[in-house]
Amino acid sequence: MPSLLFYFFAAITLLFGAGVVLARNPVASAMSLVVSFVGLAALFISLDAYFIGTLQILVYAGAVMVLFLFIIMLLDIKAEELKKGNVMPIVGGVFLAALFTFQVVTVLDGFKAGDKPLPALDLAKAAEAPELAKMPSITNDLKAGSLPDAKLMGLTLFKDYPLHLQIVGLLLLAGTVGVVVLSKRDRKEEEA
Amino acid sequence: MITLNHYLLVAGVLFAIGLAGVVARRNILTIFMCLEMMLSAANLTLVAFTRFHTPVGVPDYSAQSLVFFTITVAAAEVAVGLAIIVALFRARQSVSVESVTKLQG
Repeated sequence: MPSLLFYFFAAITLLFGAGVVLARNPVASAMSLVVSFVGLAALFISLDAYFIGTLQILVYAGAVMVLFLFIIMLLDIKAEELKKGNVMPIVGGVFLAALFTFQVVTVLDGFKAGDKPLPALDLAKAAEAPELAKMPSITNDLKAGSLPDAKLMGLTLFKDYPLHLQIVGLLLLAGTVGVVVLSKRDRKEEEA
Repeated sequence: MITLNHYLLVAGVLFAIGLAGVVARRNILTIFMCLEMMLSAANLTLVAFTRFHTPVGVPDYSAQSLVFFTITVAAAEVAVGLAIIVALFRARQSVSVESVTKLQG
């Protein structure tokens, strides 16, 4: 049953991903990308990464794609027309994608370490881990047999990578300021 | 039986689709969406490797932290990129990459 679900969501992710490239209308592309990201989030959840899967839906399928749709509607973009000069890039793109896929298949064919089934989670063993000894909220969850994904994620982020977290926060601030500066109209331009 | 290679193959094909889109499409917005798809494909590789590497019985959360940071950076990148696209549209009245050829030799 899990393998059926894997094939189902992998197919959704890839088919709608192809839809993004093939759709002529940018709105259709954006909607395909939303569905593709939902499939991808399901794949994340199938890998027991519940927090990342939720984040994928909230940030990508939610915020980022809404931003894309806003811009598409703001700019009032018409569907792309097939022009004569478009043939070479399409041939090049398909060729590059085929080459890359061939390369991935060749590498994976020789990658014996990847040819193992999903290892079972050993929650009882994790509850004994010394670095979690002072975290009763996490060890209790582990002993009760459920994976406290978000708690472990938060522990890693704030215990092992606090500086990185602050740098990313600063990056978001810089991004916000950058967007405001970029989208501000030049005063001289308005007078002209 | 689903193995690590299955997940890596899906990620690889998704990346290839995004690559084809970036090269073949002429609409900057679609190119940008395909870029996002390629980023997500890389994330899938990371998460798959985390789940198949369980030294203490639970997935390796360091790699999932990297995915968290990637998603954050991608969100910032989308915001700035779309602002640039809007500025470009104001200047050229078009979102086709063919309208921006000033740097072409």
